[in-house]
Amino acid sequence: MRYNWLKLLKEGLNNNSGWEKTWKNPELKKEYDVIIIGGGGHGLATAFYLAKEFNIKKIAVLEKNWIGGGNVGRNTTIIRSNYLLNENEAFYEFSLKLWESLEKQINYNAMVSQRGVLNVYHSDSQRDLFIRRGNSMIINGADAELYDVNKIKSLYPFLDFDNARFPIKGGLFQKRGGTVRHDAVAWGYAHAADQLGVDIIQNCEVNNFKFKSGTCIGVETNKGFIKANKVGCAVAGSTSLLMSKANMNLPIESHVLQAFVSESLKPIIPGVITFGAGHFYISQSDKGGLVFGGDIDGYNSYAQRGGIETLEDVCEGGLALMPIISKTRLLRMWGGVMDMSMDGSPIIDKTHINGLYINAGWCYGGFKATPASGWCFAHLLAKGYSHALSKNYRLDRFKNGYMIDEKGQGAQPNLH
Amino acid sequence: MIIEHPLLGPRDISEFIYLGDASLLNRPKWDVEDAEHSFYEYLYLRKNVAGVHKELWFHQQGDRSWLVISRNTLTHEITKVDLVGNSSKNMDILND
Repeated sequence: MRYNWLKLLKEGLNNNSGWEKTWKNPELKKEYDVIIIGGGGHGLATAFYLAKEFNIKKIAVLEKNWIGGGNVGRNTTIIRSNYLLNENEAFYEFSLKLWESLEKQINYNAMVSQRGVLNVYHSDSQRDLFIRRGNSMIINGADAELYDVNKIKSLYPFLDFDNARFPIKGGLFQKRGGTVRHDAVAWGYAHAADQLGVDIIQNCEVNNFKFKSGTCIGVETNKGFIKANKVGCAVAGSTSLLMSKANMNLPIESHVLQAFVSESLKPIIPGVITFGAGHFYISQSDKGGLVFGGDIDGYNSYAQRGGIETLEDVCEGGLALMPIISKTRLLRMWGGVMDMSMDGSPIIDKTHINGLYINAGWCYGGFKATPASGWCFAHLLAKGYSHALSKNYRLDRFKNGYMIDEKGQGAQPNLH
Repeated sequence: MIIEHPLLGPRDISEFIYLGDASLLNRPKWDVEDAEHSFYEYLYLRKNVAGVHKELWFHQQGDRSWLVISRNTLTHEITKVDLVGNSSKNMDILND
């Protein structure tokens, strides 16, 4: 079933009784060309691009719960490509370009809204750093503009420009950045992959891999053994647990990252704003809730909930930037388990085991990377070698000294 | 989260800084054949367990002591808190 205005009109007159399921619940087959473990954004996007761009026929996505119940439904929905390092910037710009054409590709309204991302700066040295980052963005084909205070005042007059400690001096603006309805990304990719014949199997937990003379030949699940030529793992915060079944220790720690939503307010924040003197980012959803977040909690966690001390820290950052929200009441908060890598950048690579591939280490960047991650992982799975844009996201870079450390923090995941 | 400090009693988590897996106490020898590989594993690879995790915390806003805390990463329940000591005591804590 394709969604279009004619179908909408017909169903509108037909009491909406003829809609088919967005994706089917197919029977599990005994054998696939490619199995993707993890039915989140990245896994579903990988399956979609494998079928659409790389012409792979028999694909299954195995999800232990329901699709989109993990981090793709637990983030602050921001898309942007404003990184400094070439290895990251080119990849994320590719992702942003894919976001721009996503809805046509997947025939699904994901509410992609390029409402602009503004990073404010508070000192001369921070301005210099932002100019450098802006130049890096432009070199890599992205857009970036430097805004002065007056320009920001016209956009967001309510910011605390004269804050005694952190006065706002200007900002780096990316017009093409914005937000996307996060759940619709999972549902849309599932819909599009399903249309191309991908089997999306929910409540199917992978318990183990099966190896034969150094090659991965399939997976043991709670629904029995499934044979596969290639197995790709895209399970975010659970990566270390899954790969420990293959006796792999990874350069990853799992940490919880919280997101917060306020009660619904009248439209006040037209775009995305980030604070330059602490870690705080905010936008307003179409329903009116202020959606905001900050740092990870900072200690290893597999609990999908966070601590109150981080909430306090995030809110302090928010109030330093925009005191106007001080009386806003918090409606909901939740936590997602991030796969924090040792240099803050992701891993899309094969493993030392034939037929076993890994997509992990997304840290704070997982949601915005969804389309490019899916595309590049599909490329790797289909062709057996890395896409040009993800060739630096190697698993062995930590051993060989080719870290991609955007913030220069070293091997300390809770500082990335 | 409240940490039961062995000397100071119950202290709020916001007084502490987290370093990571307590296996960092077990620094490899630098002057052996495979030191390069040992340091790669020491610096970058983590078990990242779901369950009881022994980890290093620094009481920065308190007595500036280092602690080894046994905490469940699924429930945040803390079952044991030890002061970091000399290397033989640390090996006892890690192997406990």
